[in-house]
Amino acid sequence: MDTGAALALGDDALVLSHRLAEWAGHAPVLEEEVALANIALDLLGQARILLSMAGDEDELAYLREERAFRNLQLVEQPNGDFAHTIARQLLFSTYQRFLYEALAGDPVFGPLAVKAVKEVAYHQDHAEQWTLRLGDGTEESQGRMQRGLDALWRFTGEMFRPVEGLALNWQKLEERWLASVTAVIERATLRVPGGPRTGAWAAGAGREGLHTESFGRMLAEMQHLHRSHPGASW
Amino acid sequence: MSGDWPLWEVFVRSRRGLSHTHAGSLHAPDAELALRNARDLYTRRSEGVSIWVVPSTAITASSPDEKDPFFEPAADKPYRHPTFYEIPDGVKHL
Repeated sequence: MDTGAALALGDDALVLSHRLAEWAGHAPVLEEEVALANIALDLLGQARILLSMAGDEDELAYLREERAFRNLQLVEQPNGDFAHTIARQLLFSTYQRFLYEALAGDPVFGPLAVKAVKEVAYHQDHAEQWTLRLGDGTEESQGRMQRGLDALWRFTGEMFRPVEGLALNWQKLEERWLASVTAVIERATLRVPGGPRTGAWAAGAGREGLHTESFGRMLAEMQHLHRSHPGASW
Repeated sequence: MSGDWPLWEVFVRSRRGLSHTHAGSLHAPDAELALRNARDLYTRRSEGVSIWVVPSTAITASSPDEKDPFFEPAADKPYRHPTFYEIPDGVKHL
């Protein structure tokens, strides 16, 4: 089996899981902290299965260098404020949900996709509920939500570049994603960002191992314990 | 911030056929988010098949000061308990 696809999907889940876990102890309210941690743990579970398909999960998570990670640049973006995190989650969970739905019949990823799609549907719902409330909320919350979407929009084109090993209609996936995200953004009385999603001014080469500035620091934090104490256990 | 949010009481039905039981309370800005927070806080380990959330302000509770007039009279009326009947051997699940 070609491990490239398992690595790409596994790294998406792992990296976003870690970003969400960074909210622990910092979320605006306790209830929301638990919600974000739950999403992080769902993603970590998916990452473990996917990375195990590609090799040794610990080795892959803790001992790879930055350039060997295949995750989308979107998921490695720093949390920013709560609205920024919600924007990232809306854009990614909508993608991941439709991706897993499309993979339901896949001989390799089907079993995982069928199980994980229920988790992801909840992640998407959580992000949608918050997008609606922040967007159609106060002037302050609307501004923050809009800035989050605007800042992350240029990372969304990368999601639909074909991944080797995944037999999918990527164009259809993108159309579904855009229609769904647009509907939520408009219901939330926000603007669909006007910036480019593809081409020279867009971002996104994470699948080729090129990552953005903050990713190195995130990895250092994620990997340092395992690298300092190899093989340590509780 | 959550101090500004209303308090909700959460009731979870653990299995089909049982009644909803009070599980705890939480803060949320509205009912829909209260339901989702309840899902995350109280049913994560498959504790439930159904959740109710109720604004805490909608609950009228008996006051601890009224404890005696409310509950004391019942205590010395043992004949209200069905303990004076002989239960036939054939009756099960009692």
